Amino acid sequence: MGISMTADRSVAPGGISCREFVEVVTDYLEGVLPGEVRVRFEAHLAGCEGCAAYLEQMRRTLLLTGALGTESLPVEGRDRLLDAFRGWRDADRTDARGTVET
Amino acid sequence: MSDLQVAPADAHEDQDEGRLLAALRTGDEAAFLALIDRHGGAMLRMARLFVRSPEAAADVVQETWLGVVRGLDRFEGRASVRTWIFRILLNRARSRGQRDGHWITFSALAGREAARGPAAIDPAEFSDDPSSWPGHWVREPRRWAASAEEELLSAELLRHVSDAIAGLPTAQRTVIELRDVGGWAAADVCSLLDISEVNQRVLLHRARSRVRALLDGYLHDR
Repeated sequence: MGISMTADRSVAPGGISCREFVEVVTDYLEGVLPGEVRVRFEAHLAGCEGCAAYLEQMRRTLLLTGALGTESLPVEGRDRLLDAFRGWRDADRTDARGTVET
Repeated sequence: MSDLQVAPADAHEDQDEGRLLAALRTGDEAAFLALIDRHGGAMLRMARLFVRSPEAAADVVQETWLGVVRGLDRFEGRASVRTWIFRILLNRARSRGQRDGHWITFSALAGREAARGPAAIDPAEFSDDPSSWPGHWVREPRRWAASAEEELLSAELLRHVSDAIAGLPTAQRTVIELRDVGGWAAADVCSLLDISEVNQRVLLHRARSRVRALLDGYLHDR
C-alpha cells in the first residue's frame, strides 16, 4: 500500500502537496480548475496513491449521496392538496386566484 | 474530466417542462400528484433545515403546494418549475421562521459558513515530515473495499450518509442536499439561495469533505 510512482519522494508530484490537493478536489470535480492547475492536479494524482484513493473515495461519496435522492418520503395531506388543486381547476378561472385561498 | 462532473438531470427535463406545465394548467390530477411525489421528499428535507420542528416543516410543505396551486396561472416559466416551487418553499419557511423567531438570511449564513476555518480537511492529516514531500499524508487514505455496489448502497450505509449530512452546518447542508442529493445544477442553487458561485463551491467542498471523512471512518472501522 501507498507505493508512490515517483522515485524522488522529496518533491511532490505535480508540484502540489497532498494538503493542497484535497482542498481543490471540488474545484476539479466541478470543472473549474484553471488549465495549468488542472494539469498539475492530474500529475499529482498520477504520482500519489494516497490522493488517488482520496479522489476515488470522494467519487463514491457522491454516488452514495446521490442515492439518498431516490428515497421518497411520504407527503402528508396529499388528499387535501388534491382538493385544493381541484378547487383551483373547477373554479371559474376569472376569479380562480381568489377562490382557492383558504 | 470526471464522469461525475456536474450531472444535472435538467437538460432533458427542459423539454418535459412545457408539457408538465400545460398538463398542470389543464387541471391534470395525475400530473399534479406526480409532481408532489417527485419533489415532496426533497421539499420536506429542505424545510427541515429552516424550521424548528418536523410538524412545522410539514406545514411549510403544505403551504408551499397551496401556493403552487394558487400561482399556476401566473407562473411565467422563466425559472424551472422546480426552482419556482423551491422559491415558494423558501419564502414560506422564512415566514414561518420569522414567526417562530428563528430565521437569519441564508446569504448571511452562507457567508459565515464559507468563511469559517482555513481548511475543509483536518490539517493534522498532513505532515511536513522529511520522509516524503512537504504536506504529504500522515496516513495515506486507502481505497474503500471494492465490494459490490449493492453493499456500498446498503440501507445501513445510506443511513450513515444521511446522518453525516444531518450533522452539517445549515448552509453546507442545504447546498449538499440540493447539489448532490437533489441533483441540482450549481447555477440553479446559486440563483435559488442568492449566493455567489464561489460561496456555493466552498460550502459544497466543506460539506463533501466532511461527509467523505465520516464515511471513511465508518468503512474502515467496521
